[in-house]
Amino acid sequence: MRMTQGAFSFLPELTDIQIAAQIEYCLRNEWAVSIEFTDDPHPRNVYWSMWGLPMFDLHDAAGLMQELAACRAAQPEHYIRINAFDPSKGWETVRLSFIVNRPSQEPGFRLVRREGAGRSIHYTLESYAVQRRPEGERYTTGT
Amino acid sequence: MNAIDPTAATQERIDLAEEYREAGVADVLERLDRELVGLAPVKRRVREIAALLLVDRVRSRLGLATTPPSLHMSFTGNPGTGKTTVAMRMAQILQRLGYVRKGHVVAVTRDDLVGQYIGHTAPKTKEVLKRAMGGVLFIDEAYYLYRPENEKDYGQEAIEILLQVMENQRDDLVVILAGYAERMETFFESNPGMKSRIAHHVEFPDYADGELGEIAERMLADWNYRFDAAGRAAFDEYLALRRSRPHFANARSVRNALDRMRLRQALRLFDGGGGGQIGVDALCTVTAADVRASRHFGDAALTGGVPQADG
Repeated sequence: MRMTQGAFSFLPELTDIQIAAQIEYCLRNEWAVSIEFTDDPHPRNVYWSMWGLPMFDLHDAAGLMQELAACRAAQPEHYIRINAFDPSKGWETVRLSFIVNRPSQEPGFRLVRREGAGRSIHYTLESYAVQRRPEGERYTTGT
Repeated sequence: MNAIDPTAATQERIDLAEEYREAGVADVLERLDRELVGLAPVKRRVREIAALLLVDRVRSRLGLATTPPSLHMSFTGNPGTGKTTVAMRMAQILQRLGYVRKGHVVAVTRDDLVGQYIGHTAPKTKEVLKRAMGGVLFIDEAYYLYRPENEKDYGQEAIEILLQVMENQRDDLVVILAGYAERMETFFESNPGMKSRIAHHVEFPDYADGELGEIAERMLADWNYRFDAAGRAAFDEYLALRRSRPHFANARSVRNALDRMRLRQALRLFDGGGGGQIGVDALCTVTAADVRASRHFGDAALTGGVPQADG
């Protein structure tokens, strides 16, 4: 099941040229870009690991693409996303975030129903990948 | 006259002047000519490089095989001869011709590239390179990167990373190394890899006295000051004296001298009588008295006085 979160996730995978063009757009708006990765893709997991520091004084997408290549080489079977942070007053928040790398197999999520008092039902999501292995080994190829 | 081989490519006439205007390089070169005093050989070299790049661009558009030009440069010359200023202009030219994408200059020295312990250098250098992507990396006093007396020096590591990026990411950034001529020469001798990757060596000559005088006048004009006639004559004398002193740094020394002359002028106006009434004229004028109060004139009077670095 293809995981959809962040911008562009319903589109086909962006090529490197398209990613670089998005980064150029972010830099033109003076947003600081950063790379994060995780193997726990639960939609409520906001704490992804940082790949290096946010690049605050970058002028050109080439710098980020270089880091992205390094991150992909180190974490090929992880989700990797790019965040663009707008440091200008009044925003100071992430303006754009999109996934640029995903594991080759995405088993998806299981819907868990828990019965509560008075037959009420609580729903929750559980990732198959997170359940089956500890961190760092969840998406390695082969079962 | 040039229809030796009548194929489509050779029959097309190219208006170089039009290309030149379109690229907007003319404007930068003109400003370089107008705003910088002297430096004739440097200006000619910059023109040459700009012309080569322009012609290369036209050639590649017509499908005439060219290898992408190597653009890394070294600027050698004494302090205060305008290396940084020319680097800024060079970045503009490269950007207008489309050889770098952004045209910003990241100026660094050894401290910004070389770390203090094992494993510190590579990330530091990469960080700087990342910042310089799409623009020009200006490494001032580049010879400090290489310290032959200490074989454990981390400078070598920075040089290796630089070389790698200079070779593999030629489209992404242009590196300009700057420094004194002799020391750069030894640096290149001990780093042949560096030398072979640098296509353009530009030498910056020292300024003549007359040129320094003109620079001084322009600086003063920028700050809304001017010399009176006697002041200008005194300044020429000052330059001749100052040049014979150690640590003479061309335009930078002129700038420092002018700063001190402004101080003296302010003090003179402040202390001087006039009942606290002075004209706008007086506020703008640097007189011979302000110039001659310099320590160098004093030293010249006492023959063989203690040489001092600046004053």
